Amino acid sequence: MDFQEVVDSLPRYAEPLLVTVQVTLASAALALVVAFALGLMTSSKRLAVRTPARAFVEFFRGSSVVVQLFWFAFAMPVVLGIQFDYAIIAGIIALGLNYGAYCSEVVRGAIAAVPPGQLEASLAVNFTPFQRLRLVVLPQAWPEMIPSLCAFAIMLLKASALVSLISVTDLTAMAGLIGGQNGGQNLLAHYGLILVIYFVLAWLIWTGMRALERRAKRGIGIDAKPVKGRLTPAVAEKGLA
Amino acid sequence: MPSPTSNESIIRFDRVDKSFGDLKVLDGLSFDVDPGERVTLIGPSGSGKTTILRLLMTLEHVTPPKDPAADGGVIWVEGKPLSHMEKGGKLVVANERHLRQARKKIGMVFQSFNLFPNMRVLRNVTEAQVHTLGRSKDEAEAKARDLLELVGLSSKVDNYPSQLSGGQQQRVAIARALAMDPDILLLDEVTSALDPELVADVLGVLRDVADTTSITMLIVTHEMGFARDVSNRVMMFDRGQIVEEGAPDEIFSDPREARTQDFLRAVLAE
Repeated sequence: MDFQEVVDSLPRYAEPLLVTVQVTLASAALALVVAFALGLMTSSKRLAVRTPARAFVEFFRGSSVVVQLFWFAFAMPVVLGIQFDYAIIAGIIALGLNYGAYCSEVVRGAIAAVPPGQLEASLAVNFTPFQRLRLVVLPQAWPEMIPSLCAFAIMLLKASALVSLISVTDLTAMAGLIGGQNGGQNLLAHYGLILVIYFVLAWLIWTGMRALERRAKRGIGIDAKPVKGRLTPAVAEKGLA
Repeated sequence: MPSPTSNESIIRFDRVDKSFGDLKVLDGLSFDVDPGERVTLIGPSGSGKTTILRLLMTLEHVTPPKDPAADGGVIWVEGKPLSHMEKGGKLVVANERHLRQARKKIGMVFQSFNLFPNMRVLRNVTEAQVHTLGRSKDEAEAKARDLLELVGLSSKVDNYPSQLSGGQQQRVAIARALAMDPDILLLDEVTSALDPELVADVLGVLRDVADTTSITMLIVTHEMGFARDVSNRVMMFDRGQIVEEGAPDEIFSDPREARTQDFLRAVLAE
């Protein structure tokens, strides 16, 4: 193995790193919008609102994300005549819709977990249904969603590697590309390198989400600041994984 | 157009039915409440007391009668239908828009307080004033501070509900309900979830409210001393029916019905 070659190739990873970050952030943003839209719709009392949302969620959860990726990248241009200019956009849409469908269950669950007394009290002070949602339900449901959304964000980061399958040059594609040179003698080192990069990115997401959660919990009067040097109860119970 | 026979009642139940599935909780219940009257509802659990309050707050809805004009089954508040609305000269089941209008003058305090945990104390009392009564922020805040002083919690305006004791939370909930200037205040076992030493403060606040305002009150409580002091009338319920009603002294000192006697004996023995 030639470590000098790996070190020398580091600058070539700058652009693929940006691609991975872009795909992750853009599809996470799309997933969040989709998750709230579908989560609210599947929480609806009206069957006509709930059913299409339910069907969408089950379809996207029930079929392979890789197939969805291929479909948006290659089948859609043929079948529907829609051509995405960049494969990267097809990748963002596929990942965003797929993870949005999963996360909508997190949103729905957190909304359902708001105690019924809160709805009754907001009705007693005569809030409109929309005010109930905006002022009472969502502010209370949001901190409950963050840990699960954090887990999905990290999964999404890792799943972003799949865009390498539709000829987008992200970290994973680049590692294969550079590592494959000279008969692939440094392949292991390059895959080892991106393993570390993915881990660092995941750690950044995790840290950011923890800060967000603490802030959100303070917003409902819960001080979620962990005691220094001690595991938070949730981590102590479930382990770090 | 059917209308209540007495225009003086602020609340009129006219042969109201309420079923939960197969369980009939109220069966043709009728009663009237005069403006400013304080009525205490007593009776064993499952007798329909809380259901009456929840129907008035529109948290539950009456089991619709076939023909409201002939069969009744309608709740009236201040001479207007609450559970129903007028449409083409007939009474039809109320929609959300009608209910929003109709419940404006009704406030409720819950057994489990139900303060909004995501809002500080002051905002718990101001938010609905701003959003549903259209008051300015300053106006709402001035009103909230007055009411929080009335309930003895001026020093807690910037706290979150989770930082307050149960009794303090309940007093904030009373301020929140009063901030909406209700004509009718519904009190649903407001001290049942409190530690015994916190009950007196909450009841003290409610005594003040009763003494200084003319708000009509419907009270469901097991605090018989409080009921005796505050209310003008006591209604004893059993299985959705009024077993006996009268002035507090009559009911508590000299109940006629055996079921009332049994119930009071059981409650006072606690």
